[in-house]
Amino acid sequence: MRVTFPHMGNLYIPVKAMLDHLGVEVVVPPPSSKKTLSLGAKYGPEFACLPMKLNLGNFIEARELGADTIIMAGGRGPCRFGYYAQIEHTILRDIGCDMQLIVFEPPERHFSELLVKIKQISGSRSWWQVIQAVRFGYQKARAVDEVEMAALKSRPREVTPGSTDTAQKEALHLIEAASSRSELTEAIKKAGAIMSEVKVEKNKPVVKIGVVGEIYTLLDPFSNQYLERRLGKLGAEVNRSIYLSEWVNDHIFMGLVKGMRSRKETCGAAFPYLRHFVGGHGQETIGSSVSYARSGYDGLIQVLPFTCMPEIVAESILPEMSADYGIPAMTLIVDEHTGEAGTLTRLEAFVDLLERKKETREALYS
Amino acid sequence: MNGYLGVDVGSVSTNIVFMDEGGVVFEAIYLRTLGQPIATVQKGLRELGGRLPAGTKIKGVGATGSGRNLIGVIIGADAVKNEITSHAVATSQVVPGVQTILEIGGQDSKIIILRNGVVSDFAMNTVCAAGTGSFLDQQAARLNISIEEFGEIALRAASPVRIAGRCAVFAESDMIHKQQMGCSLADILAGLCEALVRNYLNNVGKGKEILAPVVFQGGVAANVGMIRAFEKELGLPVKVPPYFNVMGAVGAALLSREAVARKGPSCFKGFRVSEMDFRTGSFECSGCSNLCEVIEIKEEGDTIARWGDRCGKWSSVVRREEKIS
Repeated sequence: MRVTFPHMGNLYIPVKAMLDHLGVEVVVPPPSSKKTLSLGAKYGPEFACLPMKLNLGNFIEARELGADTIIMAGGRGPCRFGYYAQIEHTILRDIGCDMQLIVFEPPERHFSELLVKIKQISGSRSWWQVIQAVRFGYQKARAVDEVEMAALKSRPREVTPGSTDTAQKEALHLIEAASSRSELTEAIKKAGAIMSEVKVEKNKPVVKIGVVGEIYTLLDPFSNQYLERRLGKLGAEVNRSIYLSEWVNDHIFMGLVKGMRSRKETCGAAFPYLRHFVGGHGQETIGSSVSYARSGYDGLIQVLPFTCMPEIVAESILPEMSADYGIPAMTLIVDEHTGEAGTLTRLEAFVDLLERKKETREALYS
Repeated sequence: MNGYLGVDVGSVSTNIVFMDEGGVVFEAIYLRTLGQPIATVQKGLRELGGRLPAGTKIKGVGATGSGRNLIGVIIGADAVKNEITSHAVATSQVVPGVQTILEIGGQDSKIIILRNGVVSDFAMNTVCAAGTGSFLDQQAARLNISIEEFGEIALRAASPVRIAGRCAVFAESDMIHKQQMGCSLADILAGLCEALVRNYLNNVGKGKEILAPVVFQGGVAANVGMIRAFEKELGLPVKVPPYFNVMGAVGAALLSREAVARKGPSCFKGFRVSEMDFRTGSFECSGCSNLCEVIEIKEEGDTIARWGDRCGKWSSVVRREEKIS
């Protein structure tokens, strides 16, 4: 069995770590690229959203490298994602890429439901080993997130343009390469050192932007046209409403790890704008936006794949929330188009707006 | 005379203005880009150079529009800024106290909300270009009327027909249906204007508070039918400033004045730019499966800029004096 799974930003680092730990043979698909997208768009239904097309492309490319089994997340509720595993499997069969499919449905009550699934693919491994593997993967997810957070902080303040990107690449590489817990502890230390070595202008005034929206396009730089990097280069410090480890804790561990931002809290903040689940991360988008506004952020950017229903619901609520809190908000819809000029213009104008607004506000109070 | 140049390279038109140090526009040139931004800017500069009195000194140059980065390196711009900021800066200068700017250009349309002279909100059309100048152009061509007389004809409508404005494809099939039913051309054109205004307000102006003074600019503001349709829908007077079709360039010139005051002498290469040899080439990088199209710009044989690569491998090789934002 040679297992593959879809890309979503740096998700491959913890997933590969977990599967390696279990002794499962893993084929990581080549990083999502124009080729991945072309393949996905060619075989995927035209109406499906961008994440599905990229998943499909990832699987086709992984099969070329010898993968024969797919691990895919499931889901339920109004978002179409829950159905993608089955659809993708059928499409692959139709085009002659017959692959075995294993769907990780989100646990209903306890995360042990998922452990049972993981144990199935690991064959003869003991429960203890399964739990250790999940823990190892999770620790990598935390480490990856820490590197990303450090990059988001240093990028707008870096003295040499591009130095954050170089450091981030190097740090992630170290974390990826660690193959045992002791190696990982060492790698985390080194990665932290690399990130703090990026020369920054400490007192540079920067605007702070909260990025909210649909999880896939939020976590996957290829699909959001490298949004965070672009904003950083324009001089904005970015905070993302969902990080990988938080998502894992909320949806897989059912909130086992305490002391992190949690889904429950976020959704609570969405009251009174959106009181109930609308599928995907629609409610979280509104809740996170409110939280960002309350903690003094200068602006909000919502990212969503074209035709994403839950986020369309959130999009229509955002203007009211934005007016109530006096925080500018912008929506960025991503799809197959790769023309960067339009995105860049909007981002640049948005950062300009926030900067000018901040300047006037500060002039008033100083 | 001393002054500033503003260059706005859009998808459909390229505009160049020259303003004096006080911000008064002296010359404005409006050209069609015709898919050749560099040649068009060179042509424009040649024309402008001929029109300006001898001894004119250019103290600063600003570039804006979707071709701003390209033209910025070609002419040596001091300020390279997006269209939203440029438009807002220009309009605030021309119509002090403006609170709403409606702008419809060739490929995009935007709304800019200003409060107390500062941009407080803006939006641009997202995934569809229905309702922009290109669509009007295309429909005028289909009906065999010139775009210049479009508005005049629309004003003669007795009862504008209802046309779906949400999607250009739906709009066109509606128009054809009405035309085959025998509706008059004037009624159809006025109906189209109303449909585009509805679409613009729903799609771009979504939920924004539109307060007077309202300024309408961009190439489409030349169309009196559109002005009338906006006034009817908003119930507010809509002002079209002089130089409405070159406001982006006016803003770029104003921004260059700010930039030069901040950073010192201009990087403008002079009007000789129009006689220089610029070549652009592109190649597909085979470093990874992204296969980025890397664009290379050469001035008299020397590479002056590269872009298009996602990883920065090619663009970082060329040292640029000022990072283009």
